[in-house]
Amino acid sequence: MAALEEGFTLSAVPLGAGPHGLLGVEQSDKADQFLVTDGGRTVILYKVSDQKPLGSWSVKQGQIITCPAVCNFQTGEYIVVHDNKVLRIWSNEDVNLDKVFKATLSAEIYRIHSIQGAEPLVLFKEGAVRGLEALLAEPQQKIETVISDEEVIKWTKIFMVFKHPVLIFITEKHGNYFAYIQKFNSHTLSKYTLVLGQEEKSVIQSFTASVDRKFISLMSLSSDGCIYETLVPIHPSDPEKDQRVVRSLLLKTVVSDDARNGVALTVLDQDHVAVLGPPLPSSKECISIWNTKFQTLQTSKELSQGTSGQLWYYGENLFVLHGKFLMVIPYKCEVSSLAGALGKLKHSQDPGTQTVPHFVNWETSRGHRLGSQNSEQSKRILRRRKTEVNVQNPASKQLLSAIKKDSEKHIEEELCKFLAIKPTPDFNTIIGDIVSELLGRHKAEPSFYPRNSLMQLIQTHVLSHSLCPGLMEAALEKADVQVLQLCLQQFPDIPETVTCACLKIFLSISDGSLQEAEINMESVSDYSDSVQEEKMEEQTEVLHNGFNAEEENCGNCDRELNKKPQDAAEETMSCPVIPKRAALLNAILHSAYSEMFLLPHLKDIPAQHVTLFLQYLYFLYLKCSENATMTLPGLHPPTLNQIMDWICLLLDANFTVVVMIPEAKSLLLSLYKFVKSQICICSELNKIEVSFRELQKLNQEKNNRELYSIEVLEL
Amino acid sequence: MGEFKVHRVRFFNYIPSGIRCVAYNNQSNRLAVSRTDGTVEIYNLSANYFQEKFFPGHESRATEALCWAKGQRLFSAGLNGEIIEYDLQALNIKYAVDAFGGPIWSMAVSPHGSQLLVGCEDGSVKLFQITPDKIQFERNFDRQKSRILSLCWHPSGTHVAAGSIDYISVFDVKSGSAVHKMLVDRQYMGVSKRKCIIWGVAFLSDGTVISVDSAGKVQFWDSATGTLVKNHLIANADVQSIAVSDQEDSFVVGTAEGTVFHFQLVSVTSNSSEKQWVRTKPFQHHTHDVRAVAHSPTALISGGTDTHLVIRPLMEKVEVKNYDAALRKITFPHRRLISCSKKRQLLLFQFTHHLELWRLGSTVATGKNGDTLPLSRNADHLLHLKTKGPENIICSCISPCGSWIAYSTTSRFFLYRLNYEHDNISLQRVSKMPAFLRSALQILFSEDSTKLFVASNQGSLHVIRLLEGSFKHLHTFQPQSGTVESMCLLAVSPDGNWLASSGTSAGVHVYNIKHLKLHCTVPSYNFPVTALAIAPNTNNLVIAHSDQQVFEYSIPDKQYTEWSRTIQKQGFHYLWLQRDTPITHISFHPKRPMHILLHDAYMFCIIDKSLPLPNDKTLLYNPLPPTKESDVIRRRTAHAFKISKIYKPLLFMDLLDERTLVAVERPLDDIIAQLPPPIKKKKFGT
Repeated sequence: MAALEEGFTLSAVPLGAGPHGLLGVEQSDKADQFLVTDGGRTVILYKVSDQKPLGSWSVKQGQIITCPAVCNFQTGEYIVVHDNKVLRIWSNEDVNLDKVFKATLSAEIYRIHSIQGAEPLVLFKEGAVRGLEALLAEPQQKIETVISDEEVIKWTKIFMVFKHPVLIFITEKHGNYFAYIQKFNSHTLSKYTLVLGQEEKSVIQSFTASVDRKFISLMSLSSDGCIYETLVPIHPSDPEKDQRVVRSLLLKTVVSDDARNGVALTVLDQDHVAVLGPPLPSSKECISIWNTKFQTLQTSKELSQGTSGQLWYYGENLFVLHGKFLMVIPYKCEVSSLAGALGKLKHSQDPGTQTVPHFVNWETSRGHRLGSQNSEQSKRILRRRKTEVNVQNPASKQLLSAIKKDSEKHIEEELCKFLAIKPTPDFNTIIGDIVSELLGRHKAEPSFYPRNSLMQLIQTHVLSHSLCPGLMEAALEKADVQVLQLCLQQFPDIPETVTCACLKIFLSISDGSLQEAEINMESVSDYSDSVQEEKMEEQTEVLHNGFNAEEENCGNCDRELNKKPQDAAEETMSCPVIPKRAALLNAILHSAYSEMFLLPHLKDIPAQHVTLFLQYLYFLYLKCSENATMTLPGLHPPTLNQIMDWICLLLDANFTVVVMIPEAKSLLLSLYKFVKSQICICSELNKIEVSFRELQKLNQEKNNRELYSIEVLEL
Repeated sequence: MGEFKVHRVRFFNYIPSGIRCVAYNNQSNRLAVSRTDGTVEIYNLSANYFQEKFFPGHESRATEALCWAKGQRLFSAGLNGEIIEYDLQALNIKYAVDAFGGPIWSMAVSPHGSQLLVGCEDGSVKLFQITPDKIQFERNFDRQKSRILSLCWHPSGTHVAAGSIDYISVFDVKSGSAVHKMLVDRQYMGVSKRKCIIWGVAFLSDGTVISVDSAGKVQFWDSATGTLVKNHLIANADVQSIAVSDQEDSFVVGTAEGTVFHFQLVSVTSNSSEKQWVRTKPFQHHTHDVRAVAHSPTALISGGTDTHLVIRPLMEKVEVKNYDAALRKITFPHRRLISCSKKRQLLLFQFTHHLELWRLGSTVATGKNGDTLPLSRNADHLLHLKTKGPENIICSCISPCGSWIAYSTTSRFFLYRLNYEHDNISLQRVSKMPAFLRSALQILFSEDSTKLFVASNQGSLHVIRLLEGSFKHLHTFQPQSGTVESMCLLAVSPDGNWLASSGTSAGVHVYNIKHLKLHCTVPSYNFPVTALAIAPNTNNLVIAHSDQQVFEYSIPDKQYTEWSRTIQKQGFHYLWLQRDTPITHISFHPKRPMHILLHDAYMFCIIDKSLPLPNDKTLLYNPLPPTKESDVIRRRTAHAFKISKIYKPLLFMDLLDERTLVAVERPLDDIIAQLPPPIKKKKFGT
């Protein structure tokens, strides 16, 4: 038996101040929470069971909300339209609607429909329908006109039929009504003319609809106070032809026929409808529940303060604007039937939640693509949650098969095609698969080394060493410095052994083969001009950090060192390696490492290479100390800390060897001198600190003395 | 006027407590201030900002909210979960009611003054009905998720805004349900802070809610729609307090950076009726957090961690350019915290929870004006006496002979006997204090240290005879019938015959100790008494008032003295009247009966009644004339007021003997050095 429970007021704030009452009440992604769009500028999110608002937002003064706010069930964000064309999308955390995502469309919107399990659909006033994602991807796209000139959309609703949204909207033109059914799995639009039957003159005041497997049961409340039902087929027999549907009387005179406005109708379940309006002329407005099967009035409730003639029904609650306040009336319908009483009733499954058939549904996959869930990813950051269906990308499949047998050239082409497609969330795993596939083939036939493809893949920024451990190995094997440099720049997780192996190759590879390689030189600036600055250079070398290393207290070593200062300067000032090698070494300097793991491997580097690397590092250091900020010129150069750390590392690892090499002697001496000067500076600073502390103490003592004194005062 | 050796004492390590709340009462033009140690002080803004009353604090009673209700009723609430009403006549706590909602963070009285709302730790907002003699719990509003840190009523009394953590709720008072929940942006300069605490809310009659929060924002909300209207980012740190003027045309906020911002509702263009809130003036009078602000019709009042109470007059609201138009910074209490034993050259310092006894040093050297003399003995810290229990000390006194110390808290009175044996001191508590001696507002020993006078908070005055190690209750002067006003100031004549006492508003009563009866009452004056003293020999009572007037009243003759009449007729020098701290102590020279010594926080003055009075044309603060000038000029420029401003801030000054003064200073720098470091603000660069 259907019953209305005691209603309660949802808000203590007056709503519906505008001429059209509320714009709408819509479900949000959380059960029990509803978005109420006031006629003016405000959207409020209510939690019904707590009877309290959770948040509210409003558009700027001068703007007006033209369509009820809905929740995008896929992302949990809210969407509202103001000034007919401007979309606003925001989430719970946003405070100010002014600052949220905004999209201005080219045509005026009638409604946005959002339903669980599908992306929001935008219905334009001209009858066109678009998916939200597609619209946001290109907001200014042209929107076609579907309905004729003076036709006006009166009412619209969305259903899920076999997991696909079906949209119905009713238009009116010169007293004639038309129903349009838009299906999204097949993208068909069918038009029906509603034949009003004998009551030609009556005006339809309110619509509601429910869905069956094959029909949309459209109910309308006419101005004569009767409810009519029209069955509109979902799958038209002949979509091309304009079809006519006839309506039949369902319930007679449920509301007074002179009720001009303030009547509304909503279908509750198979057999029940709720009607809002005065049951008799001159009586107060009522909300009544009718059983359509038995044509009986089940229950009724008087709403003495008047309503706005709007009625919403979600879950178990009826929402009605009673007076100035939004009222929630819980509706319950205990199923009672003869069969139930006899205990023979079996609950049939609700047609709306039909399980999906297990066989392949071609419409489904097509629908997915067209529904732009996978292929058309919007790049907006606002999207926080993605309910993606992991579908193997056909392009990647094709590519993977191509890798197995095709030529490098062909693979490259396929790869370009694949990369041209916008990335999906599983993009990096696909890339990883491709790389391992390529390397697998390389292993099987060593002559196959798709260098260009690999470089392209590395530059997607999604690879890491752990995702394709074989890649650097292969590059090391091939001594492919270009790929190695890329890897060092891109991969965040290169093991120290590999770093060290790269270093070995970078130091040992001949200048000739380096000249051929295409190496990214951005970390190396043009050091050649340093020759001109040589004179100045000499001075900075002596005056490290403003401290003169030549002072007497610096020990005898200085004098030994300064015997041929001119030679030393010239020797150190020209870059010991060619720029390309410098670029490679810089990539090493930039890479992350842990001292513990790197040291043992550094010991394996041959002595002359260690010296070369040290010379290069020392050269970089001198370059650094040229300017006050202690940085190197150029884009992304190694930092002073990186240089110093590597000098220390190299010396720690190879000290015994380096000491024995005659070529390294001058280098070591200059490093020694440098360290010595640094120590001197530190000790001087310490001395100063002590004197400062003494001064401070003296100052304090002076204060202490003043805590008590006996003074002479003459007045 | 002579040469003095001055013991310049700076070791009184007194730190005023930080200000937690201020509440302004428009009706009586009084300001209630609560401090972090629980003390509540009442300033009379009409009486030259004099701190006329105070309620001692309590360790467990951290006051978080303070407000005035209908008439002159003062309520406070704090972290112990209690709502307290203060008795402003008897100067004690009338009652405490537990709100049963955990610590109370906020409190607001309804615009009609009949209801009291408190916001609790557990997220509840509780409504109390204010009955004529108590408060009565009425109901709870919808419970919120987190503590309610701020509350404000709509001027119509129908709605309430409550600031919590991360959101503001608007309640309907009738139903007690939350009508709106306005979420506050946690973002702070692009960085998401963990929480955004709404430190303060204000509700205007047009429905605008103004909130201040920990992200440095001042936000305007429309309570009808529950949406954000305007946002001002004013600080890099918390904005901690807000107060709106009664006309709702201006409001003031205080930030943790010590800045106070003034917002005003001004017309968009010169002749349009459309108005908008504009941040007009920033004031930087504080170094630390401004925890509380108030808005009087003519001034912005602010206080915070740096312990200053700052009253900044709004120049456009001040009509006459008198001393009300000047910025006031009140740092020190307007009562004495120091007493002195002249005989033994001892100083007793009163702190919140302990007393310190110091012996002054000595010197044998002499010198000329301005010299610092070498010490033959430095000052000694003799005693550190800690109170028992959580209550703060109200008052303390050391007897002139130095062998008695008495102090009182709200519920207990303590008397100690000190014995000196060479360099050793022994302390002995006098036990079994009589039941009536529970709480004292003022304690005084007679000059010969044989009598103890105690002003209790019921308006009665007890006279006790002190014997070696014991005491005897001699008499209790009951208050005049019909009055319950407590006596705050006492003075006894050096010969021990007269006792003068004064409350906060009624006149000064003079009692005859010999006959134990009321001798006379000095006619009451509009302004409260700030200091009292009876001169030796003549028994003239000198009274200083908060409007800087000084009267001399002859006790034997029961009338004002001739000198007092003369100076009232001629009037005080305008600069004298413009001083902004009250006179807190008056003393006399034993050998020069014409001299009166008095001091406030910034000057020390000797009035020589034999010299002509200064008029407005003469220099009030005249420095010592050069000695080479002839005596004639010297005499001509000399006038009755000899003022020295060497010692400041001066908390206490007294004459130890004919040629020796003691001055206790408390340099502000020493206080600042002991405060927590302020928020660093970059002065240069970005």
